[in-house]
Amino acid sequence: MTQMPTVLFVDDEEDYLNTLIKRMRKRQVNAFGVGSGEKALEHLASHATDVVVLDVRMPGMDGIETLRRIKEVAPLTEVIMLTGHASLEVAREGMELGAFDYLMKPVDIDELLYKMEDAAQKKNIQEEKIKTLDDLLTSDIA
Amino acid sequence: MLRKELLQLPYYRSLALNMMATIIVVSFIPVILVGSTIYFNLYASYREKVYAHLEELVEKHRQKIDDFLGDKLADIRFLAKNLGYANLSDETFLQDTLASLQRNYHYAFVDLGVVNGSGQQVAYAGPFKLAEADYADTDWFQQAMQKAYVISDVFLGLRRMPHFIVAVKGRVNGKPWILRATIDFAIFNDLVENIRVGETGFAYILNRNGEFQTHPLIDFIPSKGCYGQLFDCDRGMDDRVSIREWEGDDGKKSIYFTALLKDKEWLLVYRQERADAFSELRRAQGIAVVIFIIGGISIIIMAFTLSIRQVDRIKEADRGKEMMNQQMIETGKLASIGELAAGIAHEINNPVAIMVEEAGWIQDLLEEEDFEQSSNLEELERALKQINTQGKRCKEITHKLLSFARKTDARLQSFSINDLIEEVIDLSEQRAKYAKVTLTTRLDEDLPAIQASPSEMQQVFLNLINNAVDALEKKGGAITVTSLRRDTQAVIEVQDNGPGIPPANLDRIFDPFYTTKPVGKGTGLGLSICYGIIKKMGGEISVQSDMDEGTTFTIALPFHKEGEEERPAGGYSCR
Repeated sequence: MTQMPTVLFVDDEEDYLNTLIKRMRKRQVNAFGVGSGEKALEHLASHATDVVVLDVRMPGMDGIETLRRIKEVAPLTEVIMLTGHASLEVAREGMELGAFDYLMKPVDIDELLYKMEDAAQKKNIQEEKIKTLDDLLTSDIA
Repeated sequence: MLRKELLQLPYYRSLALNMMATIIVVSFIPVILVGSTIYFNLYASYREKVYAHLEELVEKHRQKIDDFLGDKLADIRFLAKNLGYANLSDETFLQDTLASLQRNYHYAFVDLGVVNGSGQQVAYAGPFKLAEADYADTDWFQQAMQKAYVISDVFLGLRRMPHFIVAVKGRVNGKPWILRATIDFAIFNDLVENIRVGETGFAYILNRNGEFQTHPLIDFIPSKGCYGQLFDCDRGMDDRVSIREWEGDDGKKSIYFTALLKDKEWLLVYRQERADAFSELRRAQGIAVVIFIIGGISIIIMAFTLSIRQVDRIKEADRGKEMMNQQMIETGKLASIGELAAGIAHEINNPVAIMVEEAGWIQDLLEEEDFEQSSNLEELERALKQINTQGKRCKEITHKLLSFARKTDARLQSFSINDLIEEVIDLSEQRAKYAKVTLTTRLDEDLPAIQASPSEMQQVFLNLINNAVDALEKKGGAITVTSLRRDTQAVIEVQDNGPGIPPANLDRIFDPFYTTKPVGKGTGLGLSICYGIIKKMGGEISVQSDMDEGTTFTIALPFHKEGEEERPAGGYSCR
């Protein structure tokens, strides 16, 4: 079994966030939670994170803006968006901005888990590719 | 509804009245101005013409009468001078002379007489027996003795008949004598009486004392005084014709034309009632008044019909605008209800998500060994599963609400009509349940896809089913939705067993704004929108209804043609 990914959950609903993190940790996920987009960016700056699960409807910095900023500071970090039905347009916009996928609330825990694993896998593959490229480059120079 | 009341407000009546008044005033003012200007000018010129004509008439007659008198006087003077006293005092000769005078002058001379200085008539020729009459006391004799000649006023004299005398004084052997002739009154009178104009115009002559010198056509007593007060005796006595207007005793205004004659001893008076003198003008006036009244009536009728028609048009436009407004409000209302629904759905979504998550957490915890022995484990798990299931149900409801609130999408797509019907039935189920209406479907599973806008079709079926539920609301009933294939069309029937639609309403059922629902309940737009949508898709919608048996709406839609390129189906996702 692969090592469980490090995941950051971003949601303004604290109750939801706490329970979700507890359940994720129970499933061996290295889960963290923050209550806003700004805090998510702070967290990412100091912690290596594979996947961000992002609620698009948040007060303050909204999901799309947060996504855009995440992609700026940590382009390899994959983002899964959680939406309500009415914000499908937002979901589409998010996909265009490079989100990995979107899910609708209330979300099935297993579904979310699979999506997170997929996202983490994608990230790992990409990182490996980059590493290979880096190795090639350094060896060329050497 | 408010707009209906608005349309009946006195606003439109006052608008019509204003318009009418404006048209009438604007039309009448120029007519009256032009009419009165023309009339007064016409009146002035006509008056001038009439006056000029009458003035000339009077002037001419004055001359004629003066000439007549002058002629007679000249004749007598000629006789007196040329024939002399000796000849004329012979009665036989005198009679011959009279006869020859009468031959030449149409019997204007009645008789001739020779009077000596003391007033004794010495010779007489004529029809009266006046042979030795004594004229010493008569006015004319005394005047004749003073002057060389005289023309007397009309008087009755010895013969008791109106006549007047022309007398010329001569001298023989130092003694005065007078040749006297009587002028036939009838002939003289004719001169004046023949002046007749119109119905009331006539002439007469007055002497200085205001006594008639001719026989007037209409008998009346002239005012006493200088020339019957028709002539201002204090003023300079000129020969010109003067004009006056007086109101008579009978209230009728008359015009008097007066001219002096016979050395200012007599006054020729022409009198005519004013109305008569201007009778032609009166007639023209009458015609003008008739034209004015007819014109006025037609202006009023025109103003009336024109303003009524105009106001009707305005009313129609207002109604249209009102309907448009209503429609806008309705659309806006729908949009805001949609937004509200979306907001609520979203807000509910979050707590439901938390609840489901917590249930999941409990389930996670139950999996730990501590609880394995618990006798209630099974029951707990069942309860948690139920929470999960109901959470999912909530999710479904909110998602449906949210999808319905989204903007309708008119893009054509190929899709299964059966799926759409099922979806609409799901949405209507709740309402139908409260109205004690059962919804059943009989769908042909092999129906090919149709080409239409799914959201518009959804609207159509929602409308039809909602209408059917409304119809059944009082007593409950059943609605059956059937889909079947007929040639190249998909036919969908929405059938209810409600009270039916009266035949009178059936013809208008697809008309916009036609509704039988109570005020505020229906816009009357639903079926007309359905009609528009179906027609646009190249389909047909029809209705068939029997009283007390039910109503069936039938929609026929063409199938999606093979080979026709399907348009991108971007807008309609998440089904």
